[in-house]
Amino acid sequence: MLAYVIQRVFQSLLVMVVVAFAAFIVFNFVGDPVDNMLGQETSAEEREELRKDLGLDDPFIVQFGRFVTNAVHGEFGISYRLQRPVADLIAERMPATLELVALSAVLALVFGVPLGVFTGINRSSWISQLILIVSLVGVSLPTFVIGILLIYIFAVNMGVLPSFGRGGVVEIGWWSTSFLTVAGWQAIILPAVTLSLFQMTLILRLVRSEMLEVMRTDYIKFARARGLTDRAVNFGHALRNTLVPVITIVGLNIGSLVAFSIITETVFQWPGMGFLFIQAVGFADVPVMAAYLVMIAFVFVMINLIVDLLYFVVDPRLRADKAVAAGN
Amino acid sequence: MVSITQSKDHPVNGAPRSRMARILDSDLFYSFRRSPVAVVSAVITLAYFLTAGLAPWLAPYDPFNAASLDLMDAFTAPAWTAEGDSRFLLGTDDQGRDILSTLIYGGRISLIVGFAAVAFSIILGVGVGILAGYVSGWVETVIMRIADVQLTIPAILIALMVDGVARSALPLEMREDMAIYVLIFSIGISDWPRYARVTRGATLVERNKEYIQAARIIGIHPVTIMLRHVLPNVMGPVLVLGTIGLALAVITEATLSFLGVGVPPTTPSLGTLIRIGNNFLFSGEWWITLFPAVALVVLVLAVNLLGDWLRDALNPKLR
Amino acid sequence: MALLEVRNLRVEFPTRRGVLVAVDDISLEISEGEVLGVVGESGAGKSMTGSAIIGLLEPPGRIAGGEIRLEGERIDNLPYEKMRRIRGAKIGAIFQDPLTSLNPLYTIGRQLVETITTHTDLSEADARAHAIDLLSEVGIPAAERRFDSYPHEFSGGMRQRVVIALALCVNPRLIVADEPTTALDVSIQAQIIALLKRLCRDHGTAVMLITHDMGVIAETADRVAVMYAGRIAEVGTVRDVVKHAKHPYTEGLMGSIPLVGHDVERLTQIEGAMPRLTEIPTGCAFNPRCPKAFDRCRTERPDLLQTDGATQAACWLYDRETAYV
Repeated sequence: MLAYVIQRVFQSLLVMVVVAFAAFIVFNFVGDPVDNMLGQETSAEEREELRKDLGLDDPFIVQFGRFVTNAVHGEFGISYRLQRPVADLIAERMPATLELVALSAVLALVFGVPLGVFTGINRSSWISQLILIVSLVGVSLPTFVIGILLIYIFAVNMGVLPSFGRGGVVEIGWWSTSFLTVAGWQAIILPAVTLSLFQMTLILRLVRSEMLEVMRTDYIKFARARGLTDRAVNFGHALRNTLVPVITIVGLNIGSLVAFSIITETVFQWPGMGFLFIQAVGFADVPVMAAYLVMIAFVFVMINLIVDLLYFVVDPRLRADKAVAAGN
Repeated sequence: MVSITQSKDHPVNGAPRSRMARILDSDLFYSFRRSPVAVVSAVITLAYFLTAGLAPWLAPYDPFNAASLDLMDAFTAPAWTAEGDSRFLLGTDDQGRDILSTLIYGGRISLIVGFAAVAFSIILGVGVGILAGYVSGWVETVIMRIADVQLTIPAILIALMVDGVARSALPLEMREDMAIYVLIFSIGISDWPRYARVTRGATLVERNKEYIQAARIIGIHPVTIMLRHVLPNVMGPVLVLGTIGLALAVITEATLSFLGVGVPPTTPSLGTLIRIGNNFLFSGEWWITLFPAVALVVLVLAVNLLGDWLRDALNPKLR
Repeated sequence: MALLEVRNLRVEFPTRRGVLVAVDDISLEISEGEVLGVVGESGAGKSMTGSAIIGLLEPPGRIAGGEIRLEGERIDNLPYEKMRRIRGAKIGAIFQDPLTSLNPLYTIGRQLVETITTHTDLSEADARAHAIDLLSEVGIPAAERRFDSYPHEFSGGMRQRVVIALALCVNPRLIVADEPTTALDVSIQAQIIALLKRLCRDHGTAVMLITHDMGVIAETADRVAVMYAGRIAEVGTVRDVVKHAKHPYTEGLMGSIPLVGHDVERLTQIEGAMPRLTEIPTGCAFNPRCPKAFDRCRTERPDLLQTDGATQAACWLYDRETAYV
């Protein structure tokens, strides 16, 4: 058990170092940071001065070490575009993104998993067929099209919900939340629905196919042959066995939500990290891009780690002590 | 289960059948004919490809010829509405470009980028997959670990990152010209691991078969062996993945273009057109964004349905 | 009255190239406590017959004709819920692969207890006690301790013992055992067969033992039905079928088994292969391969006939009109 956890944590660290290295390469070798920070009319001495200040004369490995140290402390330099510390920019925008992702994840799971189970069990009923067709439309609708459609219906035509921004936020320390005001809730509904729809249909379809897979197994047939009730077979045996892959799906899904929040935030001008990032890409604002890259990698590594550890709880085969298995 | 396989090469009546007859009699074609959804989506997909190929002849105007544009025509509503103009069936945009024409050309760009990106993914993925499966050892470990890690990250994010980095790396004056290649590269690189996985699996299975050992002993080059024996085995799964991959690539392209980091506005794709139209949604010019959006969704839906059917029909263990 | 009676059972699979008949007009019966072996090549329809009896034919397969009676009551047309109460309680089942028959995520104890409490009024604690007794009975050492083990912690042979315990835990009158030893090591096969035989004798349970292994049948069964292309070719006591086979197919089958102590020049072999379900010839399905086939065999299909020996065989050789002309 402990060995497994340590191995996973070690792997995660390795991935983080690799990503940090990639970010560092991007940061240092894509365009000259000095050129990016100073105007054209700066003298050669001033450039040399800044170069030294930034430590760009140090050996490669020292620079990388400094980059990692700074990254661990949450420092990624100054944004070229906004001329402010990247760390501050990210801290300001993080709550907006995380709240959006959290609400979308809840929506996607609350609807996606039960519908997937339902269509998996009642595979040939017409309701299932209908749900499946609708879900395929959902998979085919690009997130930004859903967003535009919802804006057109609810903001332009009906005028009941705002089409951009966070509405009313309440500051709790450095965290700003949408969840404490009516205006905040109104503002987050459309982006959250937009963000969750695609993932919801994806979860639905994946849960369904997992369910069908398990339904075909011998132990389900044997469970029926033992005369267990449908309830016990479907929910006790089949659903429990789909749980392992479903945990993976949900983990990946939360990761995807973070990624797709970039698009949703752009459509709804949601002041989160994704919106910040997309503006950075447009302006080749490398420090912001590098910081976002590292942040995202961190989120994904954490999700994967949690998923791996959850497997452990769900599947006794992983918990198995090999000595016991060999002992009979 | 009872399986019925008829010997296709030696029909009972003895006469060898033509390739066409075999295709028409195959289980795949049977399931195709039996599925109206598959037929309709195949027809729609085909229509898109034809329209894209024949764009210069089908489009009523050349929307990229600045000389032919008249700003007086800007914001004309579709022809069937009260303010419509019979010259512009689907209306015009802010620069007076005919929406129908920009749609036809835009769809062409979307398909070209999508197709090129998928082709790039397949070549890269299948190549790397065969390499990993055949070479084994640490090369395989490294390749498959990279694939595993990349698979946990959404393709669109990879595409965005690669696109962003590649853009920053290019000198300013080249960014516009290179944009479409950068886009193809970014989308293509974001989707190779799926092909690599399938191919590696098939390669591993084949590698240990005796005829491969025999071929190796008589000195046939490994590359030849792999191309001749492994490729045919992965064609089915790759076709399914590629079809779904095309839908995905078209969405990714549209998304990146919508975000303003895709193709340049001078050669707009469907995503770019939606981005442009989105600015006028509030002022009531809904047609500028609606038609490209519908065109995009119908294309993606048709390709997805086709891929879905293909997966069920070929029924490899794919998800 | 026989415990199980199958009359003119027909199982069909609708496919795009027409309806396939996997089981064609089969009749058989099993008495209380009897072991009936059902033997045949793969595709002969023996597993389909078993699945039809426990009411778990996989769609699109369906019972298209005939009837199945358990203790005199028809069970082939019962609604799902009623049939469910019979499965496990009156008819147990054992499948081929013990490695995949058990749910990997639950302890074997839990799987036993849930089966027992589904069909009886026993309390959880009583069910547990009963389950532990059963586990010792099927030869699981330290049953009390292994009760909370997961399937992956057992070897293949041990798992099949657990599967047998699961099939027997509510004392069914009949067990349908579909290739119960095929997936096991040869050395363990004999143990499992011996165990199954002993348990069923002790509990008075009848067994329908489906296998392609004539050796297993010879050791275990009281009577045997030989299936070929969806029909029964010959049926009789094991002794009669093995020693005095009358149907040319059975004769060929017996001739192909090497016997220790018999000095045979060479083992016989039946030419050709069993036809696919799509290509079953008219007349007797065996006629293209039969060394003794004559005209009638190619046009008319024989039903089971009393032979000149003790068995019944579906063969025109034993029709008085034909045989003695």
